[in-house]
Amino acid sequence: MKEKQITPDFQVSLFTRMVLIRTFEEKIVALCRESYQLPGMQILANGQEAVATGVVSALEPEDIIVSNHRSHGHLLARGADLNSLMAEIMAKADGVNCGKAGTLHLSMPEINALMTSTVVGAGPPLAVGVAFAQQYQALNGVTVVFFGDGAAAEGSVHEAMNLSGIWKLPILFICENNGWAGAQRPEEHSAARQIHKRAQGYDMPGHSVDGNDVEAVYHLSLELLEHCRSGKGPAFMETLTYRMRGHGEQDHQHYVNPDELEGWALKCPIIRYRRALLNAGILDNAQIQNIEQEAEARVAAAVAFGDASPYPESDTALTDVFVQAFNA
Amino acid sequence: MSQKTFGNAINDALSTAMDMDDTVFIAGEGVGVSIHNDPNMPTYGLLDKFGRRRVKDTPVSEAAIAGLAVGASCMGLRPVVEIMFFPFITLASDMLVNHAGKLRYMSAGKSSFPLTVRVKAGVGFGAGSQHSHNLEAWIAHSPGLKIVWPSNVEDAKGLLLSAIFDPDPVIVVEDMMLYRMKGEVPDADFRTPLGKARVAVPGDDCTVIAYGMALYTAMKAIEPLIEKGIACEVIDLRSLVPLDKTCILESVRKTGRLVVVHEANRFCGFGAELAAMVAEEAFYDLKGPVKRVGAPQIPVPVASSLENAFTPGPEDVVRAVLETINK
Repeated sequence: MKEKQITPDFQVSLFTRMVLIRTFEEKIVALCRESYQLPGMQILANGQEAVATGVVSALEPEDIIVSNHRSHGHLLARGADLNSLMAEIMAKADGVNCGKAGTLHLSMPEINALMTSTVVGAGPPLAVGVAFAQQYQALNGVTVVFFGDGAAAEGSVHEAMNLSGIWKLPILFICENNGWAGAQRPEEHSAARQIHKRAQGYDMPGHSVDGNDVEAVYHLSLELLEHCRSGKGPAFMETLTYRMRGHGEQDHQHYVNPDELEGWALKCPIIRYRRALLNAGILDNAQIQNIEQEAEARVAAAVAFGDASPYPESDTALTDVFVQAFNA
Repeated sequence: MSQKTFGNAINDALSTAMDMDDTVFIAGEGVGVSIHNDPNMPTYGLLDKFGRRRVKDTPVSEAAIAGLAVGASCMGLRPVVEIMFFPFITLASDMLVNHAGKLRYMSAGKSSFPLTVRVKAGVGFGAGSQHSHNLEAWIAHSPGLKIVWPSNVEDAKGLLLSAIFDPDPVIVVEDMMLYRMKGEVPDADFRTPLGKARVAVPGDDCTVIAYGMALYTAMKAIEPLIEKGIACEVIDLRSLVPLDKTCILESVRKTGRLVVVHEANRFCGFGAELAAMVAEEAFYDLKGPVKRVGAPQIPVPVASSLENAFTPGPEDVVRAVLETINK
């Protein structure tokens, strides 16, 4: 069981994870800027590291993650191998999904990050099935599904919330409200601005939290996970955060007010936590520098690993469609 | 062997699978308590036998039902979910097309999805186009999904049991007009292999391929053609994906002629794939043009006079066979 009392060591681990996620994604930004050959869209979660870290740090090993297009943080917080993750983002043969998934459809059952879907709003109905299997087999785990404020407008999300409410499935719905659905603001896509209040309509507890406060996210996650684990059914958490980059790296945020962006930069979850840990005397500047340098080194090694890996052989394009292959 | 209706044979398959394997469960709108309360309906009595843990009535939420199947199968269960009418599969299609069919591939084989979707299909009960619309070509066109379509009581059981224990997603189409048809069914765990067609009637002059209800349309054309001295070889396709090309090509190479028959719209229908495949692989064995018999490109109308105009009949099959033979 996770401790409710946060120790200094644990605080350092939260900080370290957030730094690693930021460093990893900043490297992807840099690779995109260098016109590096990264395939497809690179969709990043800079500014949202406290959500991934706070939620995932509260999970037990048997809990299962269903993620979305903005998944790197969730997977890294869960302990994904950096090398094979970066190689997959580069669509290389040594990637976790052998170049068939790329950045957007990462599937890592080995760390109980079972499925990722980039179809906006598809995660919750998938989570219904995963959580049903947990309930059906009397497993102790909870299914945690991440989706955005934009996805909350999909009918599939409402269907999943309703069904899980009826069957009391162990699902923790995490709505990462990052202020943007593409180029649309919440007032343009959500009739009720407080998305977590929809939970009432499906008979589950719904709360919001400062999504840039990693400890607050952690504590609320623990509380809601306990609710799910105890057989009381699903719960809903809205994390209020901000998408610091465009929808994807090809989006240069022409529609974003620079003052607003600057305001949120000051609320950066990593800067805030660094300050808190410094003030509390838990970390000093030298230790922080070490943490940052170690993250840089690990990410650099991952890029080198990806660079060294070949692209997949073209004949592997025809495998893995079915368990039992046949000639179509 | 037991005498059973088509609906009872499906019920037998579900019950057999659930007896054999606790990972099998069924879910859908009214699979437990149904408005029909009819012993010929496929899930009749299963709630009493297996209880609410394994027989799950759902809200009217096709996306969630299909998501349930995808997620639970990824966890190692063998869900059998029902989509009440074929046109409603559009509401489940994101989960089926983008997830059931693609997630295994994108995981590079790390995950598998041994799920079954039962879907009720058919024309002929005046329900109109939003309850009657055969969309098998959509499914067959999407990679990663298998689709089978029994035409008789034995295969209704055998194909469903094979689908349930298959490691991949399978859509099983059930023609509602066949639910009360009777036939002999092998007892216990009887399976019809996926991907194997069946020669229903042997003949030397023209191959006729059909599946599901359309098989009977084809069969009704046999007699009048025999009277004209033409012996058709009728193939009951049973499985659209995987497709039994060997059976089809052997037959066409023998007869030199092909007519395909289905209830679905002819335009871009599954028959087009069969025609194209045969044209590519057996063109020099053909003695006449491949002919397709299917519905006109209209939604299914309600009035029986209009519905009859929609549904291909035996006379259409006879005409197509005569055209390919040039008689």
